[in-house]
Amino acid sequence: MKPAPFQYHAANSAADAAQLLGDLGDDAKLISGGQSLAPMLAMRLVRFDHLVDISRVADLRGIDRNNGTLIVQAATPDVLVERSDVVVASVPLLTKVTPLIGHFQIRNRGTIGGSIAHADPAAEYPAVAVALGAQMECLSVRGTRMIDAADYFVGIWSTSMESDELLKAIHFPVWSGRVGFGVAEFARRHGDFAIAGAVAAVELDSGNVISRCSIAMFGVSGQPERALSAESHLLGSSVGEISPEEVGRLAIADVESPSDDANMPATYRMSVAASTVATAWTNALTEAHHG
Amino acid sequence: MADTTVGIPTVSVTVNGVLRRGTPEPRKTLADFLRDDCELTGTHLGCEHGVCGACTIFMDGEAVRSCLVFAVQAEGADITTIEGLSAPDGTLSVVQKAMNEAHGLQCGFCTPGFVVSITALLRDNPDPSDEEIRQGLSGNLCRCTGYQGIIKAVKIAAGQSVDANGKAH
Repeated sequence: MKPAPFQYHAANSAADAAQLLGDLGDDAKLISGGQSLAPMLAMRLVRFDHLVDISRVADLRGIDRNNGTLIVQAATPDVLVERSDVVVASVPLLTKVTPLIGHFQIRNRGTIGGSIAHADPAAEYPAVAVALGAQMECLSVRGTRMIDAADYFVGIWSTSMESDELLKAIHFPVWSGRVGFGVAEFARRHGDFAIAGAVAAVELDSGNVISRCSIAMFGVSGQPERALSAESHLLGSSVGEISPEEVGRLAIADVESPSDDANMPATYRMSVAASTVATAWTNALTEAHHG
Repeated sequence: MADTTVGIPTVSVTVNGVLRRGTPEPRKTLADFLRDDCELTGTHLGCEHGVCGACTIFMDGEAVRSCLVFAVQAEGADITTIEGLSAPDGTLSVVQKAMNEAHGLQCGFCTPGFVVSITALLRDNPDPSDEEIRQGLSGNLCRCTGYQGIIKAVKIAAGQSVDANGKAH
C-alpha cells in the first residue's frame, strides 16, 4: 500500500498550478486534500510522474456570495462548506449534503473541488452541481472558461476538462423565494459510498404551485443523473398532485444505463434510487412549505 | 519513471510542540514520516488507504487521516499525535482514562486513532447524543471490542452517567 514514486510540485497560486499543468502535460495530476487520490495512488490504481499540490494555495480557498451566485473556490475543505453561514444562507443544499460525505476526518481534508473534479458517480457534490445548474470555472494557461454542470460530468471519474485545466471555482446559482431542498441517500454504513441517493430543489408560488424544481440522482450510473421528465411533470402542478412515489418512478425512468453488478443488481439499485428521490422530494416540499 | 532524487523538498513540521525537519521522499505519507523519521510509533497504520482510521492525528487542529496526507504536503503544519495527548509526566488524558475504565480496547491497535477522533468529537460536541457518538466513531474501525466499550468510554469522557450496560441516563 505504498504509492509509486512521483515528483512533487507545490503550487504558489492558481496561475502557478495552471502553468505547472501546462508544462508537465499528461503525466501530471493535481492533488489537494487527496482523500480520493491518495487511496488510488496507494492501491496503484493510478500513477503519475508528477503531483501538483494546491492544498496550500490561498487563492483557491474561500466562499463568496456575489448577488445571485455563490462562488466556492475549489480547494475549500468540505468542513468549511459544512460550517459556513454564507453557504447555509445561499445554497443550503450544500450544507445538507456535506455531513453525508465520508467521515468528519475525511471532510476536514477533502475539498469540494476535489470531489467534483474527481467525479465519482456516488459523490454528493456533483449531484448538487447538476441539480442546481452550477457553472465550473476552469483555468489553464490558455485562459478561463465556464463549463455547465450538465456538460461537465461525462462518466466514471471523467469530466470534460482538458488535462491541462484545473477546476478553479464552482459557481452555484442561489435559489430564493419559497424554496426548499432535500437530500436522501442509502449506504450500508454511515460514510460508505451510497448505493443510490438523490437531491431535490423546489420553488413554490403563493398558490402552492410548483414554479421551479430540480432533481438529480447519484450512484445510479456513471455520472449524476438529472430527472428531467419527472421535473417536467412536476412543473406547474400543485403540491400533492403527484405523489412522491410517482416522482421516484418517473425519475428512475430517465436513467438509461443504470449501474449493474453482482452485489447490486440494477433493479435493486433503481428501486433504492426511486425511494431516495421520493424522500428527498418530500423533504424539499416540506421545507418550502414551512421555510 | 520519475527521478525522485531531484528536487526533494525539505519539510518542517511541528509535532507535539517540537519542530521536526526532514527530506522525505514525496511518496512518503505523513503517517510513515511520523513513525519512521520522527520515531513516534503511536500512530498506527492499518489499511493505508483511508478506511480504518488507526492513523488519525490532529493536523492544524483538525482530526485527519495521516495515511492520506503526503509528508511534503504538511510543510508548516502543527501536528499532534497520540503521544502528545497525555501530559508530559505520562498522566493519561480524560479520553484515555475513560477508554481504560470502560474496557474500550482489547488488542489496542486501533486505540490511538479512536482516542484522537474521540478527543476531536468531544471538543466540537461536548455532550453528544448516542446517534452523534455512533456517527462520530464511524470513521474508525475496531475488530476486537464490538464498539460497546468504546461508546461507553465516550460517554464517561463526556461526563454522562452510564449504567452497567453502557446506557446513558
